[in-house]
Amino acid sequence: MNDTQLILTMFAAVGLGTPLIFATVGEIITERAGILNLGVQGMMLIGAVTGFWGTFQTGNLVFGVVIAMVCGAALSAVHAFTSITLRVNQIVSGLALALFGSGLASFLGRAGSEPLVGHPSRAQFEPIFTGGIADIPIVGPLLFGHDPLVYLSWLVAGAASYYLFRTRMGLSLRAVGEDPASAEAAGVHVSKVRYVHVLIGGALAGLGGAYFSLALTPTWQDDPIGAAGWIAIALVILASWRPWRAVFAAYLFGAAERVQFTLQTLGEPWSDIPSTLLAMLPFILAIIAMIVLTSGKRARLLGAPSALGVPYFREQR
Amino acid sequence: MTSKRWRLFAVVLVVFAMVAAACSSDDAADDTTTTTAGEAPAEVLKVAFVYIGPVSDKGWSWSHDQGAKALKAALGDAVEITTLENIPEGADSERVFNDLAEEGNKLIFGTSFGYMDPMLAAAESHPDTVFMHATGYKQSDNMGNYFGAAEEGRYLSGMAAGAATVTNKIGYVAAFPIPEVLRGINAFTLGVREVNPDAEVQVVWTSTWFDPPKEKTAAESLLDAGADVIAMHQDSAAPGQAAEAAGAKWVGYNTDMTEFAPTAWLTAAIWDWGPFYIKTAQQVIDGTWVTEAYYGNMADGMVALAPFGESVDGATRTLIGEREAEIIDGTFSVLPDPIVDQDGAERPLGNIFEMDYFVEGVVGSPTG
Repeated sequence: MNDTQLILTMFAAVGLGTPLIFATVGEIITERAGILNLGVQGMMLIGAVTGFWGTFQTGNLVFGVVIAMVCGAALSAVHAFTSITLRVNQIVSGLALALFGSGLASFLGRAGSEPLVGHPSRAQFEPIFTGGIADIPIVGPLLFGHDPLVYLSWLVAGAASYYLFRTRMGLSLRAVGEDPASAEAAGVHVSKVRYVHVLIGGALAGLGGAYFSLALTPTWQDDPIGAAGWIAIALVILASWRPWRAVFAAYLFGAAERVQFTLQTLGEPWSDIPSTLLAMLPFILAIIAMIVLTSGKRARLLGAPSALGVPYFREQR
Repeated sequence: MTSKRWRLFAVVLVVFAMVAAACSSDDAADDTTTTTAGEAPAEVLKVAFVYIGPVSDKGWSWSHDQGAKALKAALGDAVEITTLENIPEGADSERVFNDLAEEGNKLIFGTSFGYMDPMLAAAESHPDTVFMHATGYKQSDNMGNYFGAAEEGRYLSGMAAGAATVTNKIGYVAAFPIPEVLRGINAFTLGVREVNPDAEVQVVWTSTWFDPPKEKTAAESLLDAGADVIAMHQDSAAPGQAAEAAGAKWVGYNTDMTEFAPTAWLTAAIWDWGPFYIKTAQQVIDGTWVTEAYYGNMADGMVALAPFGESVDGATRTLIGEREAEIIDGTFSVLPDPIVDQDGAERPLGNIFEMDYFVEGVVGSPTG
């Protein structure tokens, strides 16, 4: 039962989707504050290399994850400073951050007399439950077969959702993203709110990066995360700026990533589909989902923050 | 006014950040430059290596860099070596080749297929410099090429895989359907079926040379489809990590990657460019170098078999050792002519550098 292709694909989708959940929820929080941070790829890579370093030095996975989050947040602080305090074009600043982050990550991976690069990790996240509960048909692997960070990703998405829509601070945050002038008039410190949430977004992107170097492919090499950071930015739109939807969007993407290979192993007629076409599958899915989501009446449910990417000038109220 | 000045400052900062990011790989490359100027004798041969990827890939570029290090170790102060990583193919590389020649490098190695035409152009404008291009076929008076018969090592690693499989299903994570990769898959499969005629090799294409999460996912899809040995033509160790996690076996490529998956590791076809680089540099120093298309193999040591993993039993090691000896002394050819293709039909081997078909025993499409 648990070794049917459907269950196996769903299980793989969870693993591949987890780093995307962290990064996407982080970017949702950032964008909800009205700041567009296109530097996710850079922050994830910094998280991946520093998290790997933290665990490599101490053998402690939790320490690695904490370091990754701190360093992801530190890198996002650069974007916060340029886009909130200096009010430069957020697209330019974010793209610069992505390039800078990936260059810096490669550099850090080779720095020192004993570079990190090319080493397997000293420790890696493993599934919590083995046998017993994880062997129950269907729900066993899907609910109980994962490593701790998968459960943390569910917690993060749930907490973010509760925070955004059920708390007063969440309300202030959304107000800042929709109409900063009104929020300011209501007594919200716009710059402070924006700074805090850009940093949270950076920390989560760093955590997503660490998932690659400590769980998915526990090693450090240059550019080990594919295009995950860019995909996360697209998933924000697919998730229409809602954390729970980000979970499903990320798993959908993870499943598509896996299905392109599964189809090649199924024999005819599936194996007749050109693999290059299958490689596009995740992106085709994303485009279809986007069209469905943005068509007709559903468009108003999208929920892009109105002030997204717009610098806020206090004196121009 | 103040805010305008701030913004200008910010733009400068951002531009600086972008330049810094763009340069960081070059900086890293500079770090690896070995300079012996100063104490060097008058006649020092300046040698440059240009890599497509990072030497940290522990794969293709890394193997060439090991060769560069071997050259330095062998000839010492007689050579001065410069290495450049992450150089894109196309117009960028032509500029790099020209620069290197103008900086006095008299021997320049380029290790990616796409450097071929840029190198040819640079060779024409720098007739005093020797250019050597890996994996290509174009030549001139001062440009030669070189590559090696990885298929010989692939065949032997296939024998290890064939002996290791219990399910008789072997998964092969492959990058792109080009002759070099098809040659490797075919030789591997022939090796598998020499020791285990019932085994099949299932190929999955990834459309990437290096993308660890993708490579791992591809390997997992093969493991889930029943494969218990994973082979690969990829540049990362991720397929091996998938095999290790699933309790399966793994045949790597390029270098000895045992440490990434110590239990899963069987062996791999690996490169040793050192002897060829030493020989070529010595020829240039002696003034005896002439244009050639060099195709190395196991006999001259350019291709080798990585150390065996613990799970490879003595009988298999002996069998592989015997075949290796036959390959080296030239009495055994890993790709027979005629050859039996995927459909079971006998066909002439044809030009192996234009190979576009699978042999019997391979499951999957040779066109991707």
